[in-house]
Amino acid sequence: MPHTLFDKIWDAHVVREVAGGLSVFYIDRHLIHEVTSPQAFDELTARGLTLRRPGQILATADHNVPTRHQDQPIQDPLSRSQVDKLTENCARHGVELFGLGHPYQGIVHVIGPELGLTQPGLTIVCGDSHTSTHGAFGTIAFGIGTSQVTQVMASQCLLLDKPRRMRITVDGELQPGVSAKDIILHIIAQLGTGGATGYFVEYAGSAIRSLSIEGRMTVCNMSIEMGARGGLIAPDATTFQYLHGRPFAPQGEAWDRAVAYWQTLFSDEDAQFDAELHFDAAAISPMITFGTNPGMGMPLAASIPALPEAAEAPSFEKSLRYMGFAAGESLLGKEISHVFIGSCTNSRIEDLRTVAAYVRGKHKAAHVEAIIVPGSQQVARQAIAEGLDQVLAAAGFELREPGCSACLAMNEDKIPAGAYCVSTSNRNFEGRQGPGARTLLASPLVAAITAVEGRLVDVAEYV
Amino acid sequence: MEKFTTLRSGLVPLPIENVDTDQIIPARFLKATTREGFGENLFADWRYAADGQPKPDFVLNEPRYQVHRILLAGKNFGCGSSREHAAWALYDAGFRVVISSYFADIFRGNALNTGLLPLQVTPGELRELFALVEQDARAEVTVELPGQTLLVPGRREPIRFELDAYKKECLLNGYDDIDFLISQESAITAFEQQRTWVF
Ligand code: SF4
Repeated sequence: MPHTLFDKIWDAHVVREVAGGLSVFYIDRHLIHEVTSPQAFDELTARGLTLRRPGQILATADHNVPTRHQDQPIQDPLSRSQVDKLTENCARHGVELFGLGHPYQGIVHVIGPELGLTQPGLTIVCGDSHTSTHGAFGTIAFGIGTSQVTQVMASQCLLLDKPRRMRITVDGELQPGVSAKDIILHIIAQLGTGGATGYFVEYAGSAIRSLSIEGRMTVCNMSIEMGARGGLIAPDATTFQYLHGRPFAPQGEAWDRAVAYWQTLFSDEDAQFDAELHFDAAAISPMITFGTNPGMGMPLAASIPALPEAAEAPSFEKSLRYMGFAAGESLLGKEISHVFIGSCTNSRIEDLRTVAAYVRGKHKAAHVEAIIVPGSQQVARQAIAEGLDQVLAAAGFELREPGCSACLAMNEDKIPAGAYCVSTSNRNFEGRQGPGARTLLASPLVAAITAVEGRLVDVAEYV
Repeated sequence: MEKFTTLRSGLVPLPIENVDTDQIIPARFLKATTREGFGENLFADWRYAADGQPKPDFVLNEPRYQVHRILLAGKNFGCGSSREHAAWALYDAGFRVVISSYFADIFRGNALNTGLLPLQVTPGELRELFALVEQDARAEVTVELPGQTLLVPGRREPIRFELDAYKKECLLNGYDDIDFLISQESAITAFEQQRTWVF
């Protein structure tokens, strides 16, 4: 019987089925960070349990760390205690920690892949919804809540019902200036924030195949923004090439065996999906969001749609009121005061290269505050090795130290109330980047152009 | 986890769709390392002005709704971040049930693991419930978990709601998945010995 990629990996990880359609589902790797793990460690201790497989857990500090002066003690006492707690817990339970100051520290979804920990055919969970990022390698990866973090710590398993399967095929060639971020913003704008609820999405098609691993991660990363449990892409030569030689990737003879197995991970010809959607890559334009959820997106040069049908109108209107926009309005020419380039969606070396390539020899507009937060120490070092730091500094961009930063504004990197921020992150919820902050999600290229122009412009004229 | 069987309570109406977990509990309040105390900051940015004063027009600040323990919300409630803190904050603020026509997956799981019942009704039933509270802010409904029904005053038939049988048992008895998973130890160990995809 033909199987989908998702079925092949899922079925292999079912320890046993239990009543009511639930399965005891095995987790190969568990990533943890300072914000959603302390209560899980406490719960474990309170129940007199221990970590079942500490060697299958990896920790980093990312959500709540400062992006300046990471060599000094954290100023904010609550943030400091949270990070200290992670350090203590990891030491006590024998978990490897890539904490502040470690050469591998960074955003959890950036470091897993770049260290080669994320591999095809594995199951990976983390107490963070953007765990779907790892699906770019043909991995079943998804976010979990803190109670589930405890469950995985104690049993290396979760009790789950199997999601339905959706395939989203994007065929054709992208227009100049259109990137992976635009593909996913386009898809989410079509499906809405709940459009894939209950599904695990496989992305396929020639436009997806032609993306780099970084681009594929950007696509999978935002799967959750349309409600999907996760997203994945079949591994191929691009995947293997990316993984080869990474610190935690298989080596030597094990590498050959691994690749032989990974090559079996694809959806069979006649495999059945519960839902199938098709998109034409050539019809995708540079995107921007205009509202307060990632589904409220449109081509940058388009106008904000008219009010939807009655039932949805109040939420739509509330959202536009928060953003200070009106239905039918064009955003071209809108002045922007903040640009944030970072987050697990777009903070990898390729993103920094895109930005640097555009701003080389240019300067940001005087009124714009532009910050770039690399996804990891490795990305930061690579940027310096390539001289990107010089290019960015000359263009007036501030290059910070790695962390989640203004993606969720837990640390001091906040966008002021009322200010417009073009951001390469994944969520434009009210207050996500600070109380009252107004977020417009876009690609790194759109963010770079906006920073230089100081206002939203039609990207087509700049590429 | 506390047991849940039945609850009779009024409803707190929040007729907004796609309420995300960043609204339920903004990230800057996630610095605590325990589970308690999040209720105070539930819906913080909608509930308090910049100076910390309660905004009188936000529903949670209206005295007539203060005692109600059921939140009635628009579709796709709990989308966004995986933070279980959202469920903890609702629970800590006194809520035991959230009614919506649609819940985001991770939130639904987190709520059930917290002892908070995500009660899903049809869009039509949701409209009826909003109309009911609009007419009478004190109207009380009864959630009966054993029979999976919601009794609504003035409605001929109770509303039936779906819930996974296992999850229902957990709520009724106050257990969570950990107890069950731990009991699977030998099966898990046997499984681990035949994993062929780890290199
Ligand atoms: S960068 Fe943002 S979305 Fe990604 S893990 Fe950090 S907080 Fe979550």
